[in-house]
Amino acid sequence: MPFFGFKGGVHPDYNKSLTMEKPVETLPVKPGDKYYLPLSQHIGAPAKPVVSKNQQVKTGELIAEAGGFISACLHSPVNGKVVSISHVVHPMAGRMEGIVIEADETNDEFVPISDEGTFQQIVQRAGITGMGGATFPTHVKLSPPKEVDSLLINGAECEPYLTCDHRMMLEETMKIIKGAVLIKEKLRIKNLIIAIEKNKPDAIKLFRKYEKEYGFELVPLYVKYPQGGEKQLIKACLNRVVPEGKLPVEVGVIVHNVGTAAAVYEAYTERKPLYERIVTVTGAVVNPKNLRVRVGTPILTLVEACGGFVGIPKKMVMGGPMMGMAVTSVETPVMKGTSGIVVYREEDMPNLTKYPCIRCGRCVDACPMLLVPSIMDRFVKKEMYEALEEHHVLNCIECGCCSYVCPSRRTLVGGFKTSKRHIMQMIKERGAKNA
Amino acid sequence: MPDRKFLVTFSPHDRNPETTDKVMLTVIIAMLPIIANSVWYYGFYAIKGYVLTSLFCIGFELLFNKISGRPCSLKDNSALLTGLLLAMNMPAAAPWWIMLVGSFVAIIISKQVYGGLGQNPFNPALVARIFLLIAWPVEMTAWIQPTPIIRGFLFDTVSSATPLGTMKSDLLAKGHVVTANLASYTDQLIGNVSGCMGGDGAIFVLIGGLFMMNRKVISWHIPVSFIGSLFLFTGIVWAVNPARTVDPFMHIISGGVMLAAFFMATDYVTSPVIKRAQIVFGIGCGLITGIIRIYGSYPEGTGFAILIMNAFVPLLDKYMRPLSFGEVKK
Ligand code: SF4
Ligand code: SF4
Repeated sequence: MPFFGFKGGVHPDYNKSLTMEKPVETLPVKPGDKYYLPLSQHIGAPAKPVVSKNQQVKTGELIAEAGGFISACLHSPVNGKVVSISHVVHPMAGRMEGIVIEADETNDEFVPISDEGTFQQIVQRAGITGMGGATFPTHVKLSPPKEVDSLLINGAECEPYLTCDHRMMLEETMKIIKGAVLIKEKLRIKNLIIAIEKNKPDAIKLFRKYEKEYGFELVPLYVKYPQGGEKQLIKACLNRVVPEGKLPVEVGVIVHNVGTAAAVYEAYTERKPLYERIVTVTGAVVNPKNLRVRVGTPILTLVEACGGFVGIPKKMVMGGPMMGMAVTSVETPVMKGTSGIVVYREEDMPNLTKYPCIRCGRCVDACPMLLVPSIMDRFVKKEMYEALEEHHVLNCIECGCCSYVCPSRRTLVGGFKTSKRHIMQMIKERGAKNA
Repeated sequence: MPDRKFLVTFSPHDRNPETTDKVMLTVIIAMLPIIANSVWYYGFYAIKGYVLTSLFCIGFELLFNKISGRPCSLKDNSALLTGLLLAMNMPAAAPWWIMLVGSFVAIIISKQVYGGLGQNPFNPALVARIFLLIAWPVEMTAWIQPTPIIRGFLFDTVSSATPLGTMKSDLLAKGHVVTANLASYTDQLIGNVSGCMGGDGAIFVLIGGLFMMNRKVISWHIPVSFIGSLFLFTGIVWAVNPARTVDPFMHIISGGVMLAAFFMATDYVTSPVIKRAQIVFGIGCGLITGIIRIYGSYPEGTGFAILIMNAFVPLLDKYMRPLSFGEVKK
């Protein structure tokens, strides 16, 4: 059992016990409910609508097609009617182009996708994006430009609070394994590794049973955030270092989340498009749960299914506490990459009293990318983008470890995220000038 | 549905419970054994010293906040910390006005004018100490004999030399160290020797230092490289010529080396943020201390050593930056 580890990282409070033991419940579709589907659920170009207002649609029916290679198709999550094609709430962009569908009948059937074409085409047709949060369109990852010898299935789930992957590993073990094996065979990959953090011993035990039979290698991972970061995972399992600015393919690896593997299986063998997923709803809700919900369901519906808020909600995070997005509205819909909803009350929030940087170096020790956040932060404040680039800010994976440990509560990652955008722009302009 | 009632901030949404004021408080708690030890030996003098420097430092911090119109910065606990450190770096019998001037130099000149907490390149307490030492050498070396408090509050200011001072004067006068004139290891370890209020009593400093390490407030890098390099350097000189200096063990337990290595060189603001740079920083402190002690005319050297190394911190942090993950060396 190889284990190579990585430097840095943090040990936040995991708080997973709230939902760890709770089997996934399916959130029923109620006639009259509205589903909000932003056209951009993924990294890359937004999808293009192929339905019109007032059109009747069925579950699984294509409603928007991929707007390019790096894009993903979108399917109706319910049987119902398209009530509008305009702006919907989006967790990142505020509001953006989207389709709203009103459900009219409850039905568990779906319109299967056609099984013509290559494996990649089928996956693309199913609209699968990474289910772990980064939402990269999956068929792109399945079309590696280089030879790949290892497929890594990411079952780390290192974000605190979230247990949707954990539950899936327990309840849909075979789908994950078969999906992984399918990818391995279709892409003729030699090694298949399934990596799971050691704080999920039940899942590890379960997968162990199938290790020989399905020919994969199970790697239990040391519990540390961000163990599930692609680059960290590759280092931990294979001791390979992805060069800066490059993708895992560069070192012959592709990484898929467990949920993605299961979705690929469903798409290929059951011809099911991606229109639902498991979401952990936790924090200040009456009864935290793991819910199987249709994409497009507003957060409020999820919270209500968990018995409502406890106390006065102050902040709502889509995703986990380390990398998730704070959303402004309870109307924000679940997207393909939404792994959790964490609700905070005032009293659950950390003390955010700001102090000047005391140069304690905690952020430096915590950075898994071996950057120097405290010094970079000074450049952020002074808008010294050249210096930031020299300090490799583009290599920042936005994991948040630096901000997490900072006793002075500097908004380190926030600054890096914003600066990265500036620098990308700068590089683009530089390229344009030189061209 | 009411929108926009939710707080939006950048991720992460969870934080480590450690905050800057708590970190500073932990350092202050770690100082308690040292403070207790100096009160034990210097009684009223020590109490007066700690109280005055603390009050003066807090006062100057407040005053500067007022004048510059900035919010009160006392709650970060750093002014109190500087005050206590300053007292530890003074003779117990130092007059009150020396403490006032020292606090002014520490808080105003070497911290606030640079922009306050986190901005100063040099350790404030040390700048103050060195300034006072140069300006008022007599008052700053008026050592008194330590007397355990159980014998009552004594007010006699019997002047006596520090062990390292004795060593230096013997060396200068006689050309070699007179071991018989030195304090015993035990006295040195428990602080029963003349010197700065908090500089001796290596054991008590060590207790505080280990406490800070245990609480992950400081790491081993600076103390170990500092003490280790001083030990090695003085050890080599001593092994070659034992008449030239005291043995290396004596070096590391005397003259406030422990205090310097655990409490002053580790000052976050004025030491490197990168671990391997901290090691170089510590080694620099140790070597410069050794060189001053053995080849200089001043007996101690830790203060100068740290201030000199403080100046190199930006360079160390810049040139010892580790390659970032996956970075290709050019
Ligand atoms: S953790 Fe915060 S206070 Fe410490 S060095 Fe980094 S930015 Fe500065
Ligand atoms: S957010 Fe970026 S800078 Fe901060 S710890 Fe993660 S990789 Fe390092």
